[in-house]
Amino acid sequence: MPSEVSEVSEVTTANEVTTANNEISGLDALELGPQTAKGALGRRVYQSAWPKLLAIAIVLLVWQVAVWSEWKPKFVLPPPKTVFTDLGNLIVTADFWSGVGLTLSRAVTGFLLAVVIGTAIGAAVARFAPLRAAIGSLITGLQTMPSIMWFPLAILLFQISESAIMFVVVIGAAPSVANGLISGIDYVPRTWLRVGQVLGMRGLAKYRHLILPASLPSFISGLKQGWAFSWRSLMAGELLVIVPGALSVGVRMQQARDLTDSSLVICYIIVVLIIGILIDVLFNIADNALRKRWGLS
Amino acid sequence: MSLIETRIPRPDTGRGDAVVRLDDVSKQYGSGRTALLALDRVSLSVRQGEFVCLLGASGCGKSTLLSLVAGLDQISGGTLDIGGRHVSLMFQEAALFPWLSVRGNVELPLRLQGVGRAERRARAEELLETVRLRGFGDKRPHELSGGMRQRVALARALAQNAEILLMDEPFGALDAMTRDILHDELERIWREQELTVLFVTHNVREAVRLGDRVILLSSRPGRVIEDFPVEHARPRRIDSPEVSGQAAEITDRLRAEVARHAQ
Repeated sequence: MPSEVSEVSEVTTANEVTTANNEISGLDALELGPQTAKGALGRRVYQSAWPKLLAIAIVLLVWQVAVWSEWKPKFVLPPPKTVFTDLGNLIVTADFWSGVGLTLSRAVTGFLLAVVIGTAIGAAVARFAPLRAAIGSLITGLQTMPSIMWFPLAILLFQISESAIMFVVVIGAAPSVANGLISGIDYVPRTWLRVGQVLGMRGLAKYRHLILPASLPSFISGLKQGWAFSWRSLMAGELLVIVPGALSVGVRMQQARDLTDSSLVICYIIVVLIIGILIDVLFNIADNALRKRWGLS
Repeated sequence: MSLIETRIPRPDTGRGDAVVRLDDVSKQYGSGRTALLALDRVSLSVRQGEFVCLLGASGCGKSTLLSLVAGLDQISGGTLDIGGRHVSLMFQEAALFPWLSVRGNVELPLRLQGVGRAERRARAEELLETVRLRGFGDKRPHELSGGMRQRVALARALAQNAEILLMDEPFGALDAMTRDILHDELERIWREQELTVLFVTHNVREAVRLGDRVILLSSRPGRVIEDFPVEHARPRRIDSPEVSGQAAEITDRLRAEVARHAQ
């Protein structure tokens, strides 16, 4: 050790070390500030719930007023009370749950397939410039395509089958997933990339330790949008492609229409809406957890 | 300390050998009529264990020079020799990764080097101790203050086991009080770890406070104007008369350089 250095460290007394320690931890404590207490759980639930409840009440009121005004005959536009009574009777039947189960399993399968395909395409496009030039804008174009347009072709290709439905679900959702990943990779902050360079990240390690984690928020919003598209495509598919023997939500809704059972049709609309909202909530929970962890909000 | 023991052994010639040597280094961006000459025949050398501050107004190519030494960019002319030593670079932003805990960020360079989990953990704790952040390992970067994040970034840089630490205005975004304390911290760590530091700043007092030498660069293109040795005893205070006095002298020289660019 050079003599200069040892001299200095001898001079440094224990007292000075304590002072430096106190200074620095004092500053840290001041800068971090006091923790803010969150309100009680009950209060927070109430605060987020009442606007939603009010909105539902308004919708029901408008609906009830429309019924009272006798704008349409009651068997075409039943009052809320009838619909909710029917819904209450519906959801205790095994048939209903098997239909919901079938529809959800289709949705999940289709969505996962779209995630796998979308991720692969997204990663390839982000990685290879010529591929991006070739199909980058095509992916965005596909995203704007109404999925119902694909059904005639899907039916010709796969006949009336599960495959036809899956085809449309995947083609509807995969572009969103791919785009989410691509923009996540494109917008990795420059300073992080520089840090990666300084740390000597190359090739696979760079993807594993930097690019993929950094693109996670964008990827999650891609997934969320992809889910919305696949759910829509699936509903269109279940109304159009009626696979014999598969009594899904869409098929049951179609049957209700054939029987001019407006109330049941509205029941299924409500069911589809609720499923959509619940899954959206799940995505939001994941998104918020990530934002909180990263300190983005 | 195990940190020093695990370093690459170097010849025992002590302080004095040049570990960074630039001879007539030029850096040009682009070519033809739009070419921009960022650095023009810069020659300087940094000795083993030395703390050198690079000072200059905007557009003097300070950051460019660091990127070249760090190997992030290629020189256009001259020779640059760091003898194959490991370098680490710190920026004005801590640029910690938000998906990793504080400990995870410090461990990352070790992970990339293939250091095992247990050893990684022990080293990270040791480094957090070094920057006085023991007990903050499980926090997320956003839960820390700016000064603390910069200390984590320093611990991450130290984890790279580099002999040469390059710092690009690392305290530029911090308030004066925090900066003051971090100067003391950096000085202590530089001494303890026997680092060689090349420190870029536009703050003259900071340069005099920290440096063994202050190298003044001209702007557009960057050239070495003058090399000021700083001989005041350490530890120095940024508001001491000696530091202020020399800072005033260097500031005058810097002002003359800036005035040269008046139309």
